[in-house]
Amino acid sequence: MTAENRTVVVTGIGAFTPLGADAASTWENLVAGRSGVAALTEEWAEELPVRIGARTAVEPGEILPRPLARKLDRSAQFALIAAREAWADAGYETPATDESSKLAPERLGTVIASGIGGVTTLLDQYDVLREKGARKVSPHTVPMLMPNSPAANVGLEVGARAGVHTPVSACASGAEAIGYAIEMIRTGRADVVVAGGTEAAIHPLPIAAFASMMAMSKNNDDPQHASRPYDKARDGFVLGEGAGVVVLESVEHAEARGARIYCEAVGQGLSSDAHHIAQPEPTGAGVARALADLFERNELDKAEIVHVNAHATSTPQGDTAELKALRKELGDDLDHIAISATKSMTGHLLGGAGGVETVATVLALHNRLAPPTINVDDLDDDVDADIVRGEARKLPEGRIAALNNSFGFGGHNVVLAFRTR
Amino acid sequence: MATKDEVLEGLAEIVNEIAGIPTEDVALDKSFTDDLDVDSLSMVEVVVAAEERFDVKIPDDEVKNLKTVGDAVDYILTNA
Repeated sequence: MTAENRTVVVTGIGAFTPLGADAASTWENLVAGRSGVAALTEEWAEELPVRIGARTAVEPGEILPRPLARKLDRSAQFALIAAREAWADAGYETPATDESSKLAPERLGTVIASGIGGVTTLLDQYDVLREKGARKVSPHTVPMLMPNSPAANVGLEVGARAGVHTPVSACASGAEAIGYAIEMIRTGRADVVVAGGTEAAIHPLPIAAFASMMAMSKNNDDPQHASRPYDKARDGFVLGEGAGVVVLESVEHAEARGARIYCEAVGQGLSSDAHHIAQPEPTGAGVARALADLFERNELDKAEIVHVNAHATSTPQGDTAELKALRKELGDDLDHIAISATKSMTGHLLGGAGGVETVATVLALHNRLAPPTINVDDLDDDVDADIVRGEARKLPEGRIAALNNSFGFGGHNVVLAFRTR
Repeated sequence: MATKDEVLEGLAEIVNEIAGIPTEDVALDKSFTDDLDVDSLSMVEVVVAAEERFDVKIPDDEVKNLKTVGDAVDYILTNA
């Protein structure tokens, strides 16, 4: 392998989600088909058209010490907790900047994305400004609200000096971050990259704004059944929050230190729609181009793909457009692919989705088990694909691959591919 | 008018809230930056909290002179 085309593997995972405070509990609840969606009981929710959401299972303040937590936006708190888990899971015990570290900080990067950044900090501090005046605005406001804050804080935590990056592409941000990290390693800029996505946008303004777009489910009376990708009665996404982070590493680096390898991160496919600022391209053409890009630029046998963690947010148009694209690019191979829409359980974590769903995809390959899609009581007639419903499904033995799709407002399409070794 | 002990106790509670340092470790000879994990941003928080608690104005130009807890206690006692 040349320095420009190195093989990348996943050696650590971490998650902080509506289904659990770590990757193991999140996975257990995904496989069991449990919903993380609940009624929003805050007073501010009473006047909103949407009063449901998927809060993290545990409050980050129960894990992070208060002096640290108060200097971090909620999105950075999630990212830091998930990154610490992934870092330890990969077998790293100290920051790379520590004298005892065998990993040079100049060979370590972080790429953590969010779709919206520190929106609750921005809005809360605006309230402080109006109610108490400029003197009371926190000096930590800017480092808290900047969208690169999660990446930078994780970079400080692990001691990353090869680069700290934050791609922003709405709901594709988390996946784009992981794709960027794969490229950093593949092209030789870094040996190890901590990568993922995070989001904390459960606040009346984003909810009111998404609701105005008619993008969200208004199934307020039945929160656990509101997120229902592929079901005829789906009426929009349910907003979730949380983070998912992986440690990516060149295979040479991972093998040299005897690391446990979950799977290979094969690569990414990218495209953009040039169609509409917020509507999905209805024929799935943009998604199909991202898939074609993946197959063109990576050595990946379509017949090895047995699982797709779909973007499927539970919107009427988006769910089926994605399936059309998969059919166009995979043809008959799609018939033996188990498709899971884990947003049916986690809600839609926006920029966090690509991170959490990458963790789910990696664990699906590692455990050879595809999580179910819950709430598909009445399958949409336009669904021409094998949706895993009801119970988790065993995936085949031998070398298998899986895709994780993420798309974002703005027409961003990202497909990530993973494969067992 | 607060006594020296009361001002020290109040500052110790503020530093505990902001930096997590135990109140008993916040002594007159301690440096905010070197001993108490209060960086320049957190120092602004300490100042704003002290202004509210002790009803005193601490101008921005004055903050750089408050290197130790004792400096801050003296400033508050003189100007409150």
